[in-house]
Amino acid sequence: MTETIEHAVDERTYAAWSRPLWWRVVMTREFAMIALLGIVYAWATGNVDNFDNPLTLYYLFLDVAPILMIALPMTLVIITGGIDLSVASVMGLSSVLLGIFHVDLGMSLPVAALFAIAAGVLCGCFNGFLVGYVGLPPLAVTIGSLALFRGIAVGLLGTEAITDFPDRWSDLARERIVEGSSYPVVLAPIVVLIVAFALLLHYSPFGRGIYEIGLNEQAARFSGVDVQRTKLILYALSGAVAAFAGIYYTLRYGSARGDNAEYLELQIVAAVLLGGVSIFGGRGALHGVIAGVLLIGVLQSALRLESVSSNVINIVIGVLLVLSVISTSFLSWVSGLRATRRRSPAGAARPDGSPGDRGPTNPAG
Amino acid sequence: MTQTLVRPSAETRAQRLLSGALRSREIAVFAVLVALIVVATLSSPSFLFGSDGWRNLLVTPSILLLLAVGQTMVIITRNVDLSVGSTLGLTAYLVGRLFVDQPGIPIVVVFVLGALFGAFLGLINGALVAFGRVPALVVTLGTMYVYRGVFLEWAGSDRINAGDMPRDFLRLGTEQVLFVPVLTLIALVVLGVAGYYLRSMRSGRELYAIGSDPAAARLYGLPVTRRVLTAFVICGALAGLAGVFYAARYGTVSSGAGRNMELEAVAAAVIGGVAIFGGSGTVWGAAIGAFLLVTIDRVLPLLGISSFWQRAVVGALIIAAVALDRILQKRRERRLRQARDEARSGS
Repeated sequence: MTETIEHAVDERTYAAWSRPLWWRVVMTREFAMIALLGIVYAWATGNVDNFDNPLTLYYLFLDVAPILMIALPMTLVIITGGIDLSVASVMGLSSVLLGIFHVDLGMSLPVAALFAIAAGVLCGCFNGFLVGYVGLPPLAVTIGSLALFRGIAVGLLGTEAITDFPDRWSDLARERIVEGSSYPVVLAPIVVLIVAFALLLHYSPFGRGIYEIGLNEQAARFSGVDVQRTKLILYALSGAVAAFAGIYYTLRYGSARGDNAEYLELQIVAAVLLGGVSIFGGRGALHGVIAGVLLIGVLQSALRLESVSSNVINIVIGVLLVLSVISTSFLSWVSGLRATRRRSPAGAARPDGSPGDRGPTNPAG
Repeated sequence: MTQTLVRPSAETRAQRLLSGALRSREIAVFAVLVALIVVATLSSPSFLFGSDGWRNLLVTPSILLLLAVGQTMVIITRNVDLSVGSTLGLTAYLVGRLFVDQPGIPIVVVFVLGALFGAFLGLINGALVAFGRVPALVVTLGTMYVYRGVFLEWAGSDRINAGDMPRDFLRLGTEQVLFVPVLTLIALVVLGVAGYYLRSMRSGRELYAIGSDPAAARLYGLPVTRRVLTAFVICGALAGLAGVFYAARYGTVSSGAGRNMELEAVAAAVIGGVAIFGGSGTVWGAAIGAFLLVTIDRVLPLLGISSFWQRAVVGALIIAAVALDRILQKRRERRLRQARDEARSGS
């Protein structure tokens, strides 16, 4: 750094960053979410009986696993300004297909699982093709494919349930990494997925392209991002991960049914948005999303241990979601107000805070 | 530069009306609906001519119709309301409670209270969206959880049964005036008013302007905040009314009331040609879409398609409708571009 300054002809008259590093790291939506998670976790450990029991954490991870997995590709999709409401239906479809391939067609379980994941990729490509190449609105397309995939799943199996899965595999879905610890085996693929998606989103040109698409699709195309292919890949990834989550779900509960994981899509979207991803696209980070998912999980299991009904838990989650978006726009309104005052000390500022610039580039403050 | 790019149509008024009708989305969807009913009636005459069949054909969709009309007004302003299903459930339970706690309460009062309560829930959504300047999808997803949570917590394990409600109220679900069920009649009146409002009244047209380009609408001086708030309040009120209908139609209110209906309402609007990005579409289309969605559910089993496949058909229909919109839009754009180029080369 010092060398460049020595060689520089024109000395920069302004700082490279308007805020110090700690400020940029700490004063973000993501960090706020992590802090909130820490506070809630500490409160629960101190005040809720049995929360520090290893079994609590174990069931928390088991319950939260499908949401956590699917939240990763969902984050990428939402950052492009899209949304994928069909993920829970893909879970149901892959669950049904796993059952049919394994039990009715007699494939071994890993092969059946591979085929189910392939079907998930196909579902994702279907969405991705319609959104990316045909240019249809993602919300409408995935509401349609939500019904379509669920319909196929229910149509294939009716009200039946396939339950004869080999114990070896269903046990694996529930097994712990170390006997007696609170970490189930399913955390291993989740960690792999987290690392992969973090590399993809935050440390690759492809990932920068995702943000660009969300901020301005046309500008992204002109700067060389293959918008259509990127969208196709993202929806396909979403389908693949959803199918994998469906397989996990099937093995964990030991039954393949058409209505498995129904209505889970809205929970996943809620968790992602809670994690600070902007629904307009262009803003968000994976660590915030993971904190958001875990926050919902911790709240659920802590409140359940306090024997608060699941209805109240849903109310709490809903209020949190609304507060989280309101706070963002409130903070940007306040900072807009401050900026206006700084610019015009006379106070004869614009009458209206900062219309239209609750842009996604502006995090908290 | 004052030259118009597209010359006024040389066709006569009748020709224009005819070609407009041929191209109209509402009429196309309506034709599908009629064809569906004809096919179903041919394979089982009681579908249309049985008294039960006739009533079901008209009453059951009127609940979704109300939701779809409200949803359309919100979608036209480039917003969306995912909380309508929860609003419906909560209001339906409120109606049941009113009858239990206040025996002898007039039925008209119940209707008004239901709509008012729905409007209040809509007001919460609208205030958050319009004043808080936050995306409607996120806010209404949140309030969807909250309203449903409040509903289930309030209802607890007890549910409202037909015995709790006065006979006169339940008769509304079956009674007919000139062969048209009362509930359908009310829904059609609501539809007519909403259709007139959006088509002919200034503030209704402003909803389209806001949805086409919110920033331009604001710069032009339209009261965007107030209009968006109004759209949400109307949507909530209609969802509340739908809740009253639900209680009258089914006679029981269980915890599943209104579940997943928010997506059905959006789907009905989309099938009826309402663009999800706002600025275009009519409540007529949404209403026909609602009828189509509900009718498909009943027709498919008659045609020998297992009822399990219904949702797949509905999904395919939604996607086809959206794709069709896109194709037509592309064609229109191409034609306009051609007209522009011709006008340029001609001058």
